[in-house]
Amino acid sequence: MNERASPQVVQSRRKIGDVILAVENISLAFGGVKALSDVSFDVHEGEIRAIIGPNGAGKSSMLNVVNGVYHPQQGSVRFRGETRRKVDPHRAARQGIARTFQNIALFKGMSVLDNIMTGRNLKMRATVLEQALYVGRNRREELAHREKVEHIIDFLQIEHIRKTPVGRLPYGLQKRVELARALAAEPVLLLLDEPMAGMNVEEKQDMCRFILDVNEEFGTTIVLIEHDMGVVMDISDRIVVLEYGCKIADGTPDEVRNDQKVIDAYLGVAH
Amino acid sequence: MTTTSEMGPSEKALTDTFPKLLLAHARARPRAIAMREKDLGIWQAWSWAEVAHHVRHLACGLKALGLTRGDHLAVIGDNRPQLYCAMSAAQALGAVAVPLYQDAVADEMAYILDNAEVRFAVVEDQEQVDKLLEIKDRLPKLAAIIYEDPRGLRIYAQPYLHAYANVQALGAKLHEAHPALFDREVQQGRGEDVAIMLYTSGTTGKPKGVCHTHAALIAAARGGCEFDRLGPGDEVLSYLPMAWVGDNLFSYAQALTAGFTINCPESGDTVVTDMREIGPTYYFAPPRVFENLLTQVMIRMEDAGRVKRALFHYFLGVARRCGSDILDGKPVKLTDRLLYRMGDLLVYGPLRNVLGMSRIRVAYTAGAAIGPDLFRFYRSIGLNLKQFYGSTETCAYVCLQRDGQIKYDCVGAPAPAVEVKIAEDGEVLVKSAAMFKAYYRRPDATAEAFDPQGYFRTGDAGFFDRDGQLKIIDRARDLGKLANAALFAPNYIENKLKFFQYVKEAVAFGSGQPYVAAFINIDLGAVGNWAERRGLAYAGYTDLAGKDEVYALIQDCVEKVNAELASDPMLADSQIHRFLVLHKELDPDDDELTRTRKVRRGFIAEKYALLVEALYSGAQRCNIETEVRFEDGRRGRISAAVEIRDVKTFPAAERRAA
Repeated sequence: MNERASPQVVQSRRKIGDVILAVENISLAFGGVKALSDVSFDVHEGEIRAIIGPNGAGKSSMLNVVNGVYHPQQGSVRFRGETRRKVDPHRAARQGIARTFQNIALFKGMSVLDNIMTGRNLKMRATVLEQALYVGRNRREELAHREKVEHIIDFLQIEHIRKTPVGRLPYGLQKRVELARALAAEPVLLLLDEPMAGMNVEEKQDMCRFILDVNEEFGTTIVLIEHDMGVVMDISDRIVVLEYGCKIADGTPDEVRNDQKVIDAYLGVAH
Repeated sequence: MTTTSEMGPSEKALTDTFPKLLLAHARARPRAIAMREKDLGIWQAWSWAEVAHHVRHLACGLKALGLTRGDHLAVIGDNRPQLYCAMSAAQALGAVAVPLYQDAVADEMAYILDNAEVRFAVVEDQEQVDKLLEIKDRLPKLAAIIYEDPRGLRIYAQPYLHAYANVQALGAKLHEAHPALFDREVQQGRGEDVAIMLYTSGTTGKPKGVCHTHAALIAAARGGCEFDRLGPGDEVLSYLPMAWVGDNLFSYAQALTAGFTINCPESGDTVVTDMREIGPTYYFAPPRVFENLLTQVMIRMEDAGRVKRALFHYFLGVARRCGSDILDGKPVKLTDRLLYRMGDLLVYGPLRNVLGMSRIRVAYTAGAAIGPDLFRFYRSIGLNLKQFYGSTETCAYVCLQRDGQIKYDCVGAPAPAVEVKIAEDGEVLVKSAAMFKAYYRRPDATAEAFDPQGYFRTGDAGFFDRDGQLKIIDRARDLGKLANAALFAPNYIENKLKFFQYVKEAVAFGSGQPYVAAFINIDLGAVGNWAERRGLAYAGYTDLAGKDEVYALIQDCVEKVNAELASDPMLADSQIHRFLVLHKELDPDDDELTRTRKVRRGFIAEKYALLVEALYSGAQRCNIETEVRFEDGRRGRISAAVEIRDVKTFPAAERRAA
């Protein structure tokens, strides 16, 4: 295949803004087990930020701290200028943080469409009674939400499985549906926990394309955990490297790639 | 809009180009639906007036960007109303639309775009834009790329990239300033102008640009519409590649001539669902689509309850017995008629509904030989499936099967106003108004394509059977002669073998030989399944292919083919005398098949010369070692002792009668 012909294509007009998320001196322990110790990093608006590290390095714990599932013993999370020590996931979602999970967490028996509609849950204003009877505000609302969801379906090219129960789909597509549901919440910050785990090369390429498109089209800030180094180096602007709960490197893909500590962490050191 | 048959000569002059036809529809039936597209999960309709409006603005926009009479405008993407409109817009300005296959890689496109001297390209999305940018350096003439879907393209800064909507806005302004411009441009168009240029597949050398005039395409479209009484009420699903001549005929030329509605599916993957929702009345699909649909139905029936399954199979049996005859209006026993009626209520009707075929009045298949069982199945459940014959050069309009006169191995009688004759060497020759004008910038090839009397050489070999239906047997250049000078059509024999589910590929030999012999590739899935049900253990392809039981199974298939060949006096000498089952699967990676899975007979004959020799030497066994290339690029060797079997042949039909 030829190189991309024109340099103008590669040069993007994406805007990287100010710090949107700042994680400051986070320490998290479960009993005697220290999952994270004194980790700090920041994410700029419109950035694709990766967190990498060997198994058990504390990557997923970090995401769980950001969206309020875990409460760190020390440190703070500042999101859009608002500092918080303790926040519950519901509140985080309202603030505009959405996420996908390492092990897909969809409603297997429900259709793709319905699953994505659940992502709009927070945006619904109608009462339970109105929803149950499909009257009043609910009717109008649901049409508007459906349109939004259809845009996402179109965006992620999953029209053909719109009505298929999620449980019947192959893994790669389920991952895409999960991304769709996260997008349905129109997040400001999107957390992706291993979006490409268990995918084949083609599925990975598609997913990369979608992540980049989401970032470019909606300007969504993305924090992702991923093990595929090729992918990480390709699509992220900056990378945080964790090992045993500590941050050992932080920088652009090139800086991280050439960092001796990172190389040691991944390849092991001769003792 | 009056139907074409009622049209006077003056009216015909008013509608001698596609843009004029479009405007005529927009005037006569402004609110009728011209196109539908499923967008955001809802079918959006475009009326004729809207389409005309859309085309007007787009054409003016293209004009503003510099598109002029005689220019070439490439159209690349899935079937979208906007892309069909782009074809009309180009033609309105006297430019030529050049649709390309949307899944072609950039390098393939580069050749065509360069050869056609394309100045403008209207493409669907970022995928196509990226491909064009990749090859832009090699296309100095390409002046503008217009994309329909702006997604992902906002950050592209090339000055020659334009959003479709922006071009239309530009056109709207120009139209406002010069309201007569568009109509004037359209009126300058003549029937003999080139409307569309399509590229041949290029299986024999580089692709050639086939130039079609408005007149030729309209002649083919009018002929077809009258033949099948297609009118404004018909609906067609446009899902086949726009670069293919059939889509140009069905979704463009015929739609504009007869004024029926075209429906663009949401995406390539949703065609089955979309078809159910639309319920087309006029349908085309290549044989493999029919085959896939049938397979899906059969698989789903396996999971159905016992009662339903029993009902299904019982009534399919009834349909097999009398379904086609009822469809053809032939006499059928009263009891069968009643049973069929009941079956229609319980099985065939619901089945057609599931397949989205409830409303189909006319369905066609072409492009490849269709298996008799497959063909009969669809006809027996009440689908009026027919075959036609044509090529890119002949606007896909040469032979058509008339309702009620259907044969699975023929392609019908010559279409109205088409003259067909058979050359001495068996080649099919055609003369008609629906004929291409020339190959673009290839006067040599154009001259070669016609015989001295002006008949187009199709390159296909065939003959007319007793009922005057054309039977295509092979490509003329593949046609050979046996040692006794009898006709040998390898493709025809191979296709007959491949209709059996157990046979994946077949290669027939016989040119200059005393008899026909064949290599067979078994279908690992089908034969493997068959073996499992019999408790036959096997280690892999090579092992399974060498089993006696498998040989017996294949021998049975070969003998059935022989019986069928024997019934046709022209082909009785082509019966297969000896065959062997190859020890490895033929593979494009080993250059044995083309990428479109056609066997490369010459190459195979050379590579397996030892085996071919054994077929004609009377040997019962032959040792062979072959190099294979694995998918990861490694090479390995397979060696086996291949058995060769003799097969029963039958006396020819005539001789038997005598």
